[in-house]
Amino acid sequence: MRHARGKEGDAKMVQRAPKRHVLDFEQPLVELEDKITELKQLAVVQNVSVDEEVGRLSEKADRLRNEIFAKLTAWQQVQLARHPLRPYALDYVSALNTEFVELHGDRTFADDAAIVGGFMTLNDRRVMMIGHQKGRDTRENIRRNFGMPQPEGYRKANRLMRLAEKFHLPIVTLIDTPGAYPGLGAEERGQALAIAENLKLMAGLRVPVVSVVIGEGGSGGALALGVADRIIMLQHAIYSVISPEGCAAILWKDQTKVKEAADALKLTAKHLLSFGVIDRVVPEPPGGAHRDPAAMADTLGQVLYEEVNYLSHVSPTVLRERRLKKFLNMGYFEQESP
Amino acid sequence: MSWFRRERRGVQPIQKKAIPDGLWKKCDLCGEILYVKELEKRLWTCAKCGNHFMISTQQYIEILADPGSFRETHTGLISGDPLQFKDLKKYRDRIREYHEKTGMEDAMVTGFASMDGRDVVLAIMDFSYMGGSMGSVVGEKFARAAQDAILRRRPLIALSRSGGARMQESIYSLMQMAKTAAMLSRMSEEGLPFISILTNPTTGGVTASFASLGDVIIAEPKALIGFAGPRVIQQTIRQDLPEGFQRSEFLLDHGMVDMIVPRDELRRTLEGLLDFMCARAASAPDQEVKDDSQSPAVS
Repeated sequence: MRHARGKEGDAKMVQRAPKRHVLDFEQPLVELEDKITELKQLAVVQNVSVDEEVGRLSEKADRLRNEIFAKLTAWQQVQLARHPLRPYALDYVSALNTEFVELHGDRTFADDAAIVGGFMTLNDRRVMMIGHQKGRDTRENIRRNFGMPQPEGYRKANRLMRLAEKFHLPIVTLIDTPGAYPGLGAEERGQALAIAENLKLMAGLRVPVVSVVIGEGGSGGALALGVADRIIMLQHAIYSVISPEGCAAILWKDQTKVKEAADALKLTAKHLLSFGVIDRVVPEPPGGAHRDPAAMADTLGQVLYEEVNYLSHVSPTVLRERRLKKFLNMGYFEQESP
Repeated sequence: MSWFRRERRGVQPIQKKAIPDGLWKKCDLCGEILYVKELEKRLWTCAKCGNHFMISTQQYIEILADPGSFRETHTGLISGDPLQFKDLKKYRDRIREYHEKTGMEDAMVTGFASMDGRDVVLAIMDFSYMGGSMGSVVGEKFARAAQDAILRRRPLIALSRSGGARMQESIYSLMQMAKTAAMLSRMSEEGLPFISILTNPTTGGVTASFASLGDVIIAEPKALIGFAGPRVIQQTIRQDLPEGFQRSEFLLDHGMVDMIVPRDELRRTLEGLLDFMCARAASAPDQEVKDDSQSPAVS
């Protein structure tokens, strides 16, 4: 399912030739923006005024951007959520200019680089940060397994969450995974069990938990970091029980029906907010988080600080009670009177 | 003793579908043709290879509960269609079809029962209803069963067989994993036993939530149990899977289940386990443990 994405995202390319990662529907917009940049450079070199032209083109670009992003299809949202230039957990950590002490290993088997975590500061607050981590280039993607954790990753997260509870640190999780890795070793070492244990642990934690889906919320592998007091999604993130690819293959019996599946799964932040499954949607910079990672990080930092601050005033008992109730209320069914 | 003339009547050729009216049944695993009356006596397990056939929820109730003791709870819960999901078929139509075909309301039946006189709460999944998939109704029923167990201080026994989360409810079905696990977190705090029985097949979101959270986990022999299905794994790693991969015996070897128990010993095993696990449940909740105050631990 994921092989096609293996070639993406070389860190060096990010700086030199971002055009290599332009999505189809972004193309006209990016071309226009390139023109504006070119024009500006020209103005500097030839010392002529291009303000009027630049202003005109910028307006046009804004209009075009609004047009494109006002009617994004579900499948386009999926592509944005998986955009190879999209900021990942550690990008936010470094952009937020926080103190971050990464902690490693599940103390049993290995250190899974597909999940990162450690002590982190958020302004004047100290928290435990845990997040999925995708790779930016091929080598890093191999090391991080494209953000698909092994059981060790979830057990590391489990350990860090228990640490956080011990030291009364709020927990912030950044969710971004295609899913838990479906491999031989993962099954041998209890992938399902590792995920289940996290769900149970998180439900009973005595410290605040804030989860943000920053990219892909891929099924149980995402939820294993997502049993939170506040569940937040970035505007173009997605969250669903199965990937559109998997859903198309199973229900449509046709892997090419990804667009139909993406539509049917209602996996966008807007949908999930309307269902009441998530609590908040964080707006992204125009064109998506990857177009202005610094601005996105700023916003996210503020949101996290705000949420953590708010929850820190709630007593552990009330926190847990509310969290349990929140998840018990999740579901949609009809009750026939007996 | 003729070699050529068939003396016994009614002997059937092996592969043909012509096996009359459910008198004979072929074992999926070893291909042995088995006499149904004999199969019934053996609780639908193959005499040759020990394969456990899939049986109905009613049959499990008969195997596990004291005769006549089962009282079904939380009926009348029907799947909504929160996403108005439509693939090749409408989800609503699927729900209706399975309801008509199986007579069940959804893929789980819950109820009170006694086992050897001990009161328990049962939650039994059924694969015949939409592949035993977990949607909002299954999640809700499990949560309510756990709630019953807590309120009446009884052990909870769940029997799983499921293809995983129900795709047609997307995020709602995913959240059922959190919901069921959250109730089990509460049960643990209350010191109440939860025993999970895994049967063929149990995969996906059910394995990755309540089914793996048993204080004791029991598997029926040769059941397929895993997170990802074998086909998905094969496509991912592009290798043949080892023989016996993701079967009960494999899970026992890798430390994922406590024991493999054949169907005819299930009940006796459960009774034995509950003797050990119910000492605290029978008494009032332990106040010291329940106390939420943050007094420092006594060293």
